[in-house]
Amino acid sequence: MAEPQASPVHLLSGARILCPATGRDEIGDVLVENGVIADIGPGLERRQGAIPVLRCDGHLLIPGLIDMQVFTGEPGSEHRETLATASRAAAAGGVTTIICMPDTIPVIDDVAIVNFIERAARATAIVNIHPIAAATKRLEGKEMTEIALLKEAGAVAFSNGKTSIADARLMRLLLAYAKDQGALVIHATEDRDLARGGVMNEGNVSTRLGLPGVHSAAETIMVERDVRLAGLTGGRYHAATISCRASLEVIARAKAAGHAVTCGVSVNNLALSEEAIGSYRTYFKVKPPLRAEEDRRAMVTGIASGHIDVIVSNHDPQDVDVKRLPFEEAAYGAIGVETMLAAALELHHRGEIALAPLIAAMTANPARLLGLPGGRLAPGAPADFALVHLDAPWTVDAKRLHSKSKNTLFDEQTFRSRVLRTFVGGVCVYKDPEFHLAYAA
Amino acid sequence: MSIAAQSEQFRYPYRHLLGIEGLSQADIYGLLAMAEHEIATVRPAGTKKDVLRGRTLINLFFEPSTRTQSSFELAGKRLSADVMNMAVSRSSMEKGETLIDTAITLNAMRPDIIVVRHHCAGAAQLLSQKVDCAVINAGDGIHEHPTQALLDALTVKRKKGRIAGLTIAICGDIMHSRVARSNIILFNTLGARVRVIAPSTLLPPNAEVLGVEVFNGMREGLQGADVVMMLRLQRERMISALIPSLREYFHLYGLNREKLGWAKPDAIIMHPGPINRGVEIESGLADDPRSVIREQVEMGVVVRMAVLQAVAQHLP
Repeated sequence: MAEPQASPVHLLSGARILCPATGRDEIGDVLVENGVIADIGPGLERRQGAIPVLRCDGHLLIPGLIDMQVFTGEPGSEHRETLATASRAAAAGGVTTIICMPDTIPVIDDVAIVNFIERAARATAIVNIHPIAAATKRLEGKEMTEIALLKEAGAVAFSNGKTSIADARLMRLLLAYAKDQGALVIHATEDRDLARGGVMNEGNVSTRLGLPGVHSAAETIMVERDVRLAGLTGGRYHAATISCRASLEVIARAKAAGHAVTCGVSVNNLALSEEAIGSYRTYFKVKPPLRAEEDRRAMVTGIASGHIDVIVSNHDPQDVDVKRLPFEEAAYGAIGVETMLAAALELHHRGEIALAPLIAAMTANPARLLGLPGGRLAPGAPADFALVHLDAPWTVDAKRLHSKSKNTLFDEQTFRSRVLRTFVGGVCVYKDPEFHLAYAA
Repeated sequence: MSIAAQSEQFRYPYRHLLGIEGLSQADIYGLLAMAEHEIATVRPAGTKKDVLRGRTLINLFFEPSTRTQSSFELAGKRLSADVMNMAVSRSSMEKGETLIDTAITLNAMRPDIIVVRHHCAGAAQLLSQKVDCAVINAGDGIHEHPTQALLDALTVKRKKGRIAGLTIAICGDIMHSRVARSNIILFNTLGARVRVIAPSTLLPPNAEVLGVEVFNGMREGLQGADVVMMLRLQRERMISALIPSLREYFHLYGLNREKLGWAKPDAIIMHPGPINRGVEIESGLADDPRSVIREQVEMGVVVRMAVLQAVAQHLP
């Protein structure tokens, strides 16, 4: 019997279909025809002819994840990660759409670069890739880019990458102009001056370790500024990665007031607190920094309540040479697209959050924010989904992760859930090497 | 038990000395006993022990230092070690050689002990993970300076007869001071009461978590103090705008006779050096009989002799 991935029409049967976008959570089947979900629901198998059927044994079937913040090294730092290698890591983690960040060399601030990304992705990547274009030229925070032309070329949103825009007047103009184009402005929120010199969260741990810290107020103050500007311009604004309770409260108030404000959180700030840094472990040096446990819990609550819309991996490949340094000198960043789902599901296993809001934050919500057709399991939607075994523990081995760079926060950590299969456009792009599923004629 | 017996019997339980954090009361008193024993055997001068004969000691200093480096050099030579000094300037670091690369290069020369000073917290620990020899932290960023705290403790113990129950006031740029951090940990471990006195801009955030009472004024902070430890204003580590001027700093936090009068009458004055006369401490006071600054330097050599012998216990 031919493998389902070779056939344009195939069926997945007996899966626990969980789709927060449509509110579906039931055992059923999914019929795939030519890369699109043709039908979905219980009892489809009986009505089909001789097509390949994959027995899903009640495992969880969710829409393929949409990761809204992934840094790659293409173009410019391909030794760290290419679109191709990032896509393989994504597929292994159940992520079927990567939204890549503009912090490349050259920066994605011109139509030509957007076109390059789209072409390179089509040619080499095994998952969908869409670029976020730079909001300012060369990410310098001084001049706006060609928002309209970039959007037409395929940019799904606009961001200043890792660098916050310090000039409030420019931010106001950007929000107003982007609003005219219906474009989403995503912003990394950190007051550059307040943050100067700091390398981790300011608190008891930084004092004990003798490391300069950044108080979370540096983040919250920027969120407050941006939210107020979003309110007065009517622009669509998304705080890229909040990390503390105080920032969450600002976002919640803005939403209550009816402003078009949304926010995301890195899975790192959901899974870990600053204690994980231990004894100057540089693989835990990230931006936003790991914060106190109280803030981590607030982030989890924020996902459950819906005040935080999106979970991202904040995948940031860095090579060993820039990480194997004293903490103050080491580069920021951790990879994470491959482990995002497993790490998020640990929260569910620990009883901290229900499955539906957790999955929604990685599927329905990013799709809605970016106007993408995926993130849902419904007839007509692209056949992008992941089959997940909720209870098949595996231990992360950095060397065996699919990213070119191996700077993971989760090395040697055991996760309870694993991705069995990942499908993009109905084609299987990832298969777990240990678990075999049966096909039926 | 006599100092000699304590010193003979003490077994230092670790391969390295990376900080005071993690040392027990017994460990600290053991090291102090070893140091105190050296005073008896080293004075009169001219005697040399050969416990480190044939051993190589490398002083690896990424930050400039006069007293600490020469103190370790002297300590090593008094124990008959072969001492090599490596001053790594920032410019050679800029040429791209990292801390780790330097360590790997040195390691290949098979030293027995590396004494390291670096501008980043955690550097000594990082080094200890990459080399096969013993590592002694001579100061890592604003984190710790364990031998300074040990020599300060020995100075206090000899002047006051004890440490437990004393009130120690540390004044100055606490935020950027590894000397303060190590002393706070050590004096707390030995049962003293530790206070810090500094403007809010020179205090680490959440300073109480270190186990100290925090004061922003000298008058209140020095009440009942047995030991007044002044810190150097860390100009090279200071990010600007933390204090408005040296003149105002001396007015509020500089030690002079009047302020010293707020402490106990028999309070001793300490300073890790080098002193900024007229900034942290009035020039005349530095030479006052209540000042033990010179004894600190003397204790520095014997403490470092003790520490070298302590880690040498684990050398092959």
